[in-house]
Amino acid sequence: MRNVAIAGVGFTKVGEPWERSVKELFAEAAVAAMKDSGSPAVEALYVANMSGGHLQHQLHLGAMMAEAIGKPGIFATRVEAGQASGGVAFHEGVQAVASGRCDSVLVGGVEKMSDMLPECVASSQATAEDQEYVAFTGVTKTGLSAILHRMYTERFDVKPEDVAMFAVRGHDNAVGCAHAQYPFKLSIERVMASPMEADPIHVMECSAVCDGAAAILLRPAEEVGDCVEVAATEVATDAFSIAQRGDPLTLGAVRRAAEKACASAGVSLGDMDVLEVMDDTTIDGVLCLEGLGFAKRGEGAAFVAAGGTSREGEMPTNTFGGLKARGNPLGATGVYQVAEVVLQLRGAAGPSQVKDARIGMAQSMGGVGSTCSVTILRRG
Amino acid sequence: MSVPRHWREEKPRYRLLGEQCAACGARYFPRTPVCACGGTEFRPYKLPEAGKVVSWTVIRSPPEGYEKYTPYVVGLIELDDGMRLLSQLTDVAPEQVKSGMRVEAVLRRVKEDGEAGLIQYGYKFRPVVE
Repeated sequence: MRNVAIAGVGFTKVGEPWERSVKELFAEAAVAAMKDSGSPAVEALYVANMSGGHLQHQLHLGAMMAEAIGKPGIFATRVEAGQASGGVAFHEGVQAVASGRCDSVLVGGVEKMSDMLPECVASSQATAEDQEYVAFTGVTKTGLSAILHRMYTERFDVKPEDVAMFAVRGHDNAVGCAHAQYPFKLSIERVMASPMEADPIHVMECSAVCDGAAAILLRPAEEVGDCVEVAATEVATDAFSIAQRGDPLTLGAVRRAAEKACASAGVSLGDMDVLEVMDDTTIDGVLCLEGLGFAKRGEGAAFVAAGGTSREGEMPTNTFGGLKARGNPLGATGVYQVAEVVLQLRGAAGPSQVKDARIGMAQSMGGVGSTCSVTILRRG
Repeated sequence: MSVPRHWREEKPRYRLLGEQCAACGARYFPRTPVCACGGTEFRPYKLPEAGKVVSWTVIRSPPEGYEKYTPYVVGLIELDDGMRLLSQLTDVAPEQVKSGMRVEAVLRRVKEDGEAGLIQYGYKFRPVVE
């Protein structure tokens, strides 16, 4: 297997650009990544997208986006794994270069949620769950996270405010980030005073409806020279529903993907200089930190509240705001995460820069832990 | 949900009927084509109709088709044999729900597919009156 380099990254500002289509968003990110790489060559295209079939009634995004970026004729396909679509698509793209099959692969994620009303977006997100036995109850993605939130605070005697601090930390980091959806501070008082979305999760503990696209161009490391390389990428799954897991507060897919990625890269968690985790809601972020191993079981919220995940903390996490503040354009999110780690390792993160970052991890998650991808990048 | 799709799950959903792997005894609800042990032979397994609320939430921003029931409670229920499932709670106000509360299964209307569409029934759980 060949070493794989990140030759280029590009992304759009996350927001609600009603005047722009899925195609336009995707092309902006893709062209930016090609430009960043210094070459327009693309042999294969992986399009990460979760909800195009539901929100735009548009599938077959592989061929559509190949044409949209001026590359009709190349290999192209869509990759879908719920909210882990971006991370899993990146994993697939890396395999294509590492195996020697392709020398230039574009992985692009796109989602346009602002086309539809909130009920439709909620239904769309719930398509990542079993329709006949989970979504049928009327539960939403946030509702499932809320069930885990209550279990967590009751079992470990944790203050809900400490869990909610995940949102506050994300907003702290988004200040000055040009591509963030909400680049401003948010106080814990405002979070706790916001209405309930799905008790005990407040509206301001949740990522919001948004549009965005991100793209990464992959090449063999020997052809790129001084660059950020992929040290490891792994994907793991768990029992599909939280009802079928021995302990729903243990995210087995997250743990398995992280352990395999660290072993494969020959690094330990302590080596990480920056981290991007999935925080669709605050409790998702806390449970992912624990699943990855950055905090002990039941101690993730206290770790966040004490500043452990701040940019100057023990483990700088979601340094551009995470899903809550940078934004969570579902299928594109995993690609944003990897692109942001790349910026950190290049020393090109601007006001978000973590000093002398050399190794970083990005983790994405589909459902409430049904699929998890973990990527480790290092400066070459 | 289409008529055949609803009809396929009628028995398991109306009777709380799961399956048990003939090879290793693992129990499934809903049923699965292949057991984690590799087994493909299953026998019916009737779930108990009572249990307790492990955890719960109140849905205030519902998916399509559930708007008129909002707010409603969805709980993670642990049945008396240890099997778990997700279900709406009924006959109880959100503020009266407590973790650990005893509940029992009832058959209720879950949603309707518009005025001329299918009326979909399924299990919900209500507090047990001691």
